[in-house]
Amino acid sequence: MTFVLTEDQEMLRDTAVNFTRDELPVKHLRELRDSGKNGVDPEARQKLAELGFFGVLIPEEYDGVEMSMVAFGQVMEAQGRTLASTPLLQTACIGASAILLGGTEAQKKEWLPKIASGEVTTALALDETSHHNPAGVGTEAERDGQGYTLTGAKKYVQDGHHADVFIVVARTFGEPGDAHGLTLFLVPRDAKGLTVHTLNTVDSHGAAHLTLDGVHVDESHVLGAADKGMDILEPVLDRGRIALAAEMLGSSLAAFEMTHEYMQTRKQFGQLIGSFQALQHRAARMFTELELTTSCIAAALAAVDEQRNDLAELASLAKARASETVHLVSNETVQLHGGIGMTDDHDAGFYMKRARVQEALLGSASFHRDRYAKLNGY
Amino acid sequence: MPFDAPSDNEAFREKIRGWLEENCPESMRTPMPESEVVWGGRREKFKNPDSKVWLERMGEQGFTAPTWPKEYGGAGLNRDQAKILEQEMARINARTPLFSFGLWMFGPALLEFGNEEQKKRFLPDIVMGKTRWCQGYSEPGAGSDLAGLQTKCEDKGDHYLINGQKVWTSYADQADWIFCLVRTDNTKKHEGISFILFDMESEGVETRPIKLISGSSPFCETFFSDVKVPKDQLVGEVNGGWKIAKRLLQHERSSISASGFGSARGTGMLELEEYAKIHVGTDSDGKLLDGDLRGRIAEHQMYTKAFNLTVGRSQEQAKAGQEVGHTASIIKYAAAKMNQDKHELMIEALGTEGLGWEGEGFDKGAKMVTRGWLRSKGNSIEGGTSEINLNVVSKRVLGLRDHQ
Repeated sequence: MTFVLTEDQEMLRDTAVNFTRDELPVKHLRELRDSGKNGVDPEARQKLAELGFFGVLIPEEYDGVEMSMVAFGQVMEAQGRTLASTPLLQTACIGASAILLGGTEAQKKEWLPKIASGEVTTALALDETSHHNPAGVGTEAERDGQGYTLTGAKKYVQDGHHADVFIVVARTFGEPGDAHGLTLFLVPRDAKGLTVHTLNTVDSHGAAHLTLDGVHVDESHVLGAADKGMDILEPVLDRGRIALAAEMLGSSLAAFEMTHEYMQTRKQFGQLIGSFQALQHRAARMFTELELTTSCIAAALAAVDEQRNDLAELASLAKARASETVHLVSNETVQLHGGIGMTDDHDAGFYMKRARVQEALLGSASFHRDRYAKLNGY
Repeated sequence: MPFDAPSDNEAFREKIRGWLEENCPESMRTPMPESEVVWGGRREKFKNPDSKVWLERMGEQGFTAPTWPKEYGGAGLNRDQAKILEQEMARINARTPLFSFGLWMFGPALLEFGNEEQKKRFLPDIVMGKTRWCQGYSEPGAGSDLAGLQTKCEDKGDHYLINGQKVWTSYADQADWIFCLVRTDNTKKHEGISFILFDMESEGVETRPIKLISGSSPFCETFFSDVKVPKDQLVGEVNGGWKIAKRLLQHERSSISASGFGSARGTGMLELEEYAKIHVGTDSDGKLLDGDLRGRIAEHQMYTKAFNLTVGRSQEQAKAGQEVGHTASIIKYAAAKMNQDKHELMIEALGTEGLGWEGEGFDKGAKMVTRGWLRSKGNSIEGGTSEINLNVVSKRVLGLRDHQ
């Protein structure tokens, strides 16, 4: 079954939806913003850990709850609904997957239990320009006696402003643009030569630029084989893209529901605005897009669990469709709310601001259309 | 020899496989050219004689209407068994033995709303492909507002008398009988409509084919002047035809979305990206040279993939007993958009090669694309316009109300 949840998955979904609704509503993000917390919330992180959300993808032998990507998708969708700022995507999905797929037994034993317990958060430091481009990495990793020395800079690292460990992608061979020659490194936040520049972002979640100025990394902190980083990076990125797409679906659904509700309460010309056909058809088109995108997300999540060989194609499908949908719905949410939607007091703007960040992270719709075309031979 | 269906699914599969092996003629296991499609009825010529044998064998077992009850000529199979029959036919590439509005639309409605005598009289001939039916719904003044239809049906004591005009009657000039919506009461709109059946050879029936922007078409205008119809050919209650009409439209919408927009495979046409590669050209990496067109093709193909996944999701959820009405309501709208976008992109990818009409100088497949592009404009009009589809989503799914 690809599209019907199991009982366990349904339960996890309900838990996650209730938790984000009660504990991490948009109001909470607003409070974090207004108190200058930049999306960082250690208390929420602790609660997420207690609920087991950090360990959904981690096997029991490393203290995880070992469920599935479909299950994790339900948590992501729930967090998307309320725009919750959490380390789940970077840590529980991307970080855990990178170590699971690329790590040695010693690395798994060292890091996975700490991720599952919420003790350690991770962030992938990959892109170096303002557009996602995995093969474009130019940060240099030079061999030194005991390991490598990293020099370069990383842009807009999600969760970079608070992560405990970075997974830095650097070049050990070849030129920027070559898929071959990349290597992944585990770099602790306090490594000498690493500077974290905290960013205040439009979505109030925060992020960071990194500067690596001769950062020494020990041999034991190389993740996977040297030069062959892309072999781990691609499947890890695809998991991240699919999980992010699930989050985006949650945001789209919540924004649509809010708008749908408003159409049935707001009156103009003595009529509910939802009774005007021009607006009804816009709502019906949004509903159509949401239905189509829902299917893509479900298929992509299941493809990870089933280890399907069209995973890359489905990941790009999910991320591109989720980007187009959240773009449409967030814009329409502001427009259909009218003047109130332009005010900071209303949540509409939060959805639109977060949408643009979600769209840009891990590849825009345009990036994934290009990739989809390549995968299909044109 | 009658086919007794074993109740165990695996035993059923084995038996049906054997039956098909024995009874499906070799030439019926090859791709079917348009000219060999069998619609049945009095005028059917069976261009390939094997198709007559195949239809008779399938019809005798009721396999043309697998889930209809045996007493009306069907095979009386349950859903699982019907699915197995479909899979086993697909396994040997068996042709669909009969294309029929009777099977797809009228039959299911008659099963639900007809009386015993009507079911016994009409259904077996549909199963066997002996009667070809057409649908008399739209009128010049009643398109999207179907219930505004005016074709008059008067009670003359021992018969009904019908006067009026229908339009967009598919294959009216080929059909034996018509199922038709008529007005039996002028004082009410929806409650003044009846559902009636009559022979197209009745005196006073005249048909005229309609030429479309894409060329010749199966559509006709159909005229009725003083057509006499026996009284036992009215289905359901007098003035109770609208609910039958609505149910039948559901069957029509699902069959348009399911069968109307097939793939290019087997027709001589190429797929969109293949046309683009040939006529736009590629770089040394195999990438289309027109980056803008390439992006739009990818976007369209993702839409298509999303559409197909959604059809699959809806089927899987229905099987698991979940409510799928919400999802189903968008299918017709999305299918029409998808098919129109595809044809627009194909025409664009073909460039001037896609602008031929007939005769020499143009690729045969490309000329089919051109006609298909023009024809696809009807997808958002026929069987409920896209605007009506969006109204249905707004009102029934999203619960948005009319002006108060």
